[in-house]
Amino acid sequence: MAIVLHPSKAATVNPLKMSQPLGASYAFLGMNRCMPVMHGSQGCTSFGLVLLVRHFREAIPLQTTAMNEATTIMGGLDNVEKAVLNIHSRANPDLIAICSTGLTETKGDDVHAYLQLIRQRHPEIAETALVYVSTPDYLGAFQDGWANAVCALIEELVEASATKSPRQVNILPGSHLSPADIEELREIVASFGLVPLVLPDLSGSLDGHMSEAFSPTTMGGTNIADARRMGASVATLAVGEQMRPCAKRMQQRTGAPFVVFDRLTGLEAIDRLLAWLAELSGVPVPAKWRRQRSQLQDAMLDAHFFFGGKKIAIGAEPDLLWSLSNLFHEMGCEIAAAVTTTHSPLLDRVPAAAVMIGDLEDLEQGAAGCDLLVTHSHGRQAAERLHIPHYRAGLPMFDRLGASHKLLLGYRGTREVLFEVGNMLLADLHHGAATPQSWPLPEATLEAVAGATPALQ
Amino acid sequence: MKVQDVFNEPGCDKNQGKSEKERKKGCAKQLAPGAAAGGCAFDGAKIALQPIVDVAHLVHGPIACEGNSWDNRHAFSSGAQTYRTGFTTDLSELDVIYGGEKRLFRAIKQIIEKYDPPAVFVYQTCVPALIGDDIEAVCKVASAKLGKPVIPIQAPGFAGVKNLGNKLAGEALLDYVIGTVEPHYTTPYDINIIGEYNLSGELWQVKPLLDAMGVRVLACISGDARYREIACSHRAKAAMMVCSKAMINVARKMEERYGIPYFEGSFYGIGDMSDSLRQIARLLVRQGAPDAILARTEALVKAEEARAWARIEGCRQRLQGKRVLLITGGVKSWSVVAALQEIGIEIVGTSVKKSTKEDKDRIKEIMGDEAHMIDDMPPREMYKMLQEARADIMLSGGRSQFVALKAKMPWMDINQERHHAFAGYEGMVTLVQEIDKTLHNPVWAQVRKAAPWDAVLA
Repeated sequence: MAIVLHPSKAATVNPLKMSQPLGASYAFLGMNRCMPVMHGSQGCTSFGLVLLVRHFREAIPLQTTAMNEATTIMGGLDNVEKAVLNIHSRANPDLIAICSTGLTETKGDDVHAYLQLIRQRHPEIAETALVYVSTPDYLGAFQDGWANAVCALIEELVEASATKSPRQVNILPGSHLSPADIEELREIVASFGLVPLVLPDLSGSLDGHMSEAFSPTTMGGTNIADARRMGASVATLAVGEQMRPCAKRMQQRTGAPFVVFDRLTGLEAIDRLLAWLAELSGVPVPAKWRRQRSQLQDAMLDAHFFFGGKKIAIGAEPDLLWSLSNLFHEMGCEIAAAVTTTHSPLLDRVPAAAVMIGDLEDLEQGAAGCDLLVTHSHGRQAAERLHIPHYRAGLPMFDRLGASHKLLLGYRGTREVLFEVGNMLLADLHHGAATPQSWPLPEATLEAVAGATPALQ
Repeated sequence: MKVQDVFNEPGCDKNQGKSEKERKKGCAKQLAPGAAAGGCAFDGAKIALQPIVDVAHLVHGPIACEGNSWDNRHAFSSGAQTYRTGFTTDLSELDVIYGGEKRLFRAIKQIIEKYDPPAVFVYQTCVPALIGDDIEAVCKVASAKLGKPVIPIQAPGFAGVKNLGNKLAGEALLDYVIGTVEPHYTTPYDINIIGEYNLSGELWQVKPLLDAMGVRVLACISGDARYREIACSHRAKAAMMVCSKAMINVARKMEERYGIPYFEGSFYGIGDMSDSLRQIARLLVRQGAPDAILARTEALVKAEEARAWARIEGCRQRLQGKRVLLITGGVKSWSVVAALQEIGIEIVGTSVKKSTKEDKDRIKEIMGDEAHMIDDMPPREMYKMLQEARADIMLSGGRSQFVALKAKMPWMDINQERHHAFAGYEGMVTLVQEIDKTLHNPVWAQVRKAAPWDAVLA
């Protein structure tokens, strides 16, 4: 049981948190042939764009309504309308997905109404789906923006269906899952003879592949048609507590029951998933996963020597914090510092004495005396100052390759995390190793010795 | 209004070419919604000032403005690391309702107590600007109560584009910083460098040259700068303005107020580097420095040019006739062109989207005609150009890199996120070597080869 601490500082120092519109745009990037738009000043989009480009090392489609002082005060209808028409004529996406920002929320633009007006005025865009989500910068954090965006997609796209497809299952991944994680999850679900529909599906769009053509929109991800068909699924599988509201929304719309897996990293967590899938499908757990399970067991045994008793400081969004802190706790570590970005029902159950909603300065303070720092790439300065290894987890990860292929999910993903972190701890064993100068006698002793025996002539 | 004042820039040819009425409108063109790219005024202000390394840069706004953007440039410091620490008031919903001024004051206090910087720069952003937070008043009170300069930077994102933000940042320096401190001593060889940000340490490729000439950089605005240096920069004898027009207002107003003459120059390209050194020497002599510096400069230029050419020579044969597509802006659109042409590389196009009229004239002069000037190339067009192999390599900023990589074409970063330093003679040697390395990497052949089972069919 952890105490949840709230920030008492006026200035956030070295932010851990990123804002809602960025999380929402990230979710929209998992939709095929989509153009996400931030309704705000062009800087809002520009910063988000640069951050995602640095993380994924991919082109990121992300547009802006380019609000300025005058348009902000007069209201953004014109800009939203022009943006929709410009994007329609230039990129012709299947979906234009708009999120608000601090600027336009402070002004109070009613974008829902704008979109209705735009629909009425412009029959030429009738074929283009429009989704809007309210994501003020000054409220919540990245993972909230993601969840709100997914809720908006469900609300706008998913169609209720009287007839069910008996093997079709919905997957709602949280923002902490990488494209590789989503791919792994889809494969696991499919191996039970089920047909997974993923919303949103970053594994199609941001998995870092070579494409045959160039497109200004997303290439890959959830098709609109598939999103609509989700109403015919027999069940919904959500990953991460952040997705519970989305799963509920899905149930309200489609009647399909849902289950939320709070995490899919760690032996028992995967066991629960496979058991659920076996029951739902009536298919026994395939041999492949049984084999991987025993491999993970072996890996855990090999690794535990290096994890046991280690003090770890983690800074991550709630669901990622939950996954990693539990995994490390299960490996015998102490979670000496836990910092997160936003509220979550999981926080008081994190296996640490306290969880602070704070920044990287808080994490750095808490990490004094720790053996490992776990957070996104912005933690690198803190790790340097603390002289401890830094395991990069979460977004952004801009100073390492392969962010999109980082696998934390499943038996295999868990094994990879254990090996990677284990190797860091193993390498650090030599850090600060003893030298002949490690245990010098104190000055007083030396003086005493010198004073006691007169030097030989 | 400050913004109006900045728009009316007598040092800007574009501005001077306009009618009185047009000039009043300023250069804030409404960008096309849904088809705009690039940073906002806040971004520009932060870029211009963040390289002041010992200052705490506090962003007053919701988490987006700092949380989504911090630590994303490679301006280097030779000392303090305070500038790399991200500070923000992280405004909440309640702050938006009740106003964020009190939180801002407490944030400034917290930072001064804990980090003890020589000054705090407070950046205004859209949301507090819209709700009417008076950051100037807060900064004034904070300065008085806390005994440290607290400088308001009035450049909220919605005021305009990045370039405007650069200028507004310059205004803040002029209003609150420059001229507030006297240097310990001065010499006849003191200069300011304006608009150089020491990205990847580029200033340090130039500084040894200045040292050799006996020139002292009193202040670099703002690469690797200390607050104190900028505060006493009004005592320089001459100034060089780098990076096109980003901070022209600073250069011009310092000439007006303190009689510091300036010239516009570039550290990119061998010829341009030499020109800049010579101009510095000439300006200093004109300002009363002993003219022995001219001979020292000539000797330095001669030796360094020869050394640079000798080092580049090895690549000349391998690069002769290679075609480059250059997508960048401002001064680099011509200064790099000249350097590449010197070793026999063909420029198939250079973008002039962010260039001034003068920049364009220079390109015309160097390249002979306008045919190669690209105003605004959409990514799809770039992709096509590369795929049809009308260019062998693209040099651009990070945003368009994937256009090249997905077309399986070599690409090199020459904008702000690059990891290499390309300034001075050293930098140009590095640039040529990097182009050589990139172009001749065996990876291109491999990625272009089809899978063996596909190859059989084809």
